Amino acid sequence: MISLSHVSKRYPGGHEALHDVSLTITPGELVFITGHSGAGKTTLLKLLPAIERPTAGSVVVNRQNVGAMSARAVPFLRRKFGLVFQDHKLLHDRNVFENVALPLQIGGYSAADTARRVRAALDKVGLLALEKAAPITLSGGEQQRLCIARAIVHRPAILLADEPTANLDAEYATEIGELFRSFHQVGVTIIIATHDQALLARLAPREIALKHGTLAR
Amino acid sequence: MRAWLGHHARSMASTLASFGRAPLGAALSVLVAGIALALPAGLYLTIDNLQNAARGLATEPQISVFMALDASRAEIAQIEARLKQNPRVQRYRFVPRDQALRELKQASGIADLVDSLPQNPLPDAFVVSAQDSSPQSLEALRDEIKQWPRVALVQLDAAWARRLDAVLRFGQLAVALLAALLAVALVAIMFNNIRLQVLTRRDEIEVAKLIGATDAFIQRPFLYYGALQGCAGGVLAWLVVNACVWLANRQLGELSHLYAALFQLRYMGTADSLGLLGLSAALGWLGAWMSVHRHLKPLEPSSPK
Repeated sequence: MISLSHVSKRYPGGHEALHDVSLTITPGELVFITGHSGAGKTTLLKLLPAIERPTAGSVVVNRQNVGAMSARAVPFLRRKFGLVFQDHKLLHDRNVFENVALPLQIGGYSAADTARRVRAALDKVGLLALEKAAPITLSGGEQQRLCIARAIVHRPAILLADEPTANLDAEYATEIGELFRSFHQVGVTIIIATHDQALLARLAPREIALKHGTLAR
Repeated sequence: MRAWLGHHARSMASTLASFGRAPLGAALSVLVAGIALALPAGLYLTIDNLQNAARGLATEPQISVFMALDASRAEIAQIEARLKQNPRVQRYRFVPRDQALRELKQASGIADLVDSLPQNPLPDAFVVSAQDSSPQSLEALRDEIKQWPRVALVQLDAAWARRLDAVLRFGQLAVALLAALLAVALVAIMFNNIRLQVLTRRDEIEVAKLIGATDAFIQRPFLYYGALQGCAGGVLAWLVVNACVWLANRQLGELSHLYAALFQLRYMGTADSLGLLGLSAALGWLGAWMSVHRHLKPLEPSSPK
């Protein structure tokens, strides 16, 4: 359960990315956050795992007030999320397997458990054959799937994706969309910030539209 | 528990791997740390050797106890019994006044003068060696014996012992100051090393933070790195110091052959060696800790972009 009430976010320097946003997302929902560039989509996503803190209002995730959470508690909050980044944020000094293993190492899983879960995640996104490859040798679509594998390997209850299909051609975007659909079907809460209209049409999610930092409808 | 150990093992492995990635840089900083440590360690060992030599060369300090001239045999026996019972006395030697006069005649070449004396002016005496020959305890023993009945004079030639002690103490202080300065330098070297590491591994740190790594998790490899590099510097310093002793002993071997005396420098003892390694690892760790704290903070992903 995620709820925002009267949330505003003003960056130092005065730019107000979000203004008085209130919304609720129930567990297992598939939600798209849409809007023009600079509408506040990314900021909204960043508020949930406390990557950014609201300047006003409260952000509550699983009954925890994330905005007021202590810095020591934040890492444990973030482990409940899977994060898919627009720029992938892959580590290029490690191979595919090691990239996906990172969240499990952080979570303190045993080596055997880690190997099993990493292979399951890679299998899910269709990269099992490439586990020894360097991320730089992968195509854009494969890199995005690798990023998704890393986001789901520790079975988070909530998956956040920021423009997951940007920079991808239509075929790859379709694959990514199907992946999200399959996670939605097993009960994962999925929140995607995008302006990909084709993806929106295919998945038919609940849509939260932002306009200049406020809810448009 | 196994996962925790596994994690530490992985941190250690990745630390070693980062040594492997930049072997020249790692080797250079180990070299700098080694030299910085070898200097005070070598001086410390030198002073230790000097102290040892001083103890061996000089006869141990003694206390001369002179009885009153008219002390009776029974009174002397009483003092002897007290000396025997005193736990601070290692051994003693009784010098009767007749024997003392004979020795004086033989030793000084003033036999005629001694012969012309109407009576023996020398008292009976004890020469006492103390259990503990530090100046403080010698003085304490002297003061104690002075209180005994029929003891006329207690003499303690502690001046030379005090002087030597003071010189060596000064040497120790100088070594300690130098060691402190170089320890600060070592911490500074490690601080800078880790700063560079943090900068080159910025992406990794940022991603790890974003997906829920605690600060302890992120810091651990850097702290290991600092401790390992410091320890490697300590090993190098140990090798340098002991190699110097080995070289010096080869030269001294010839010298002591010529002088028919045995001068040999001592190598670093086990406790000192372990202390050196522990200290160097701790200094490396400290430098890394300071650096990682200072430089991880600005990498908080929550800082606005």
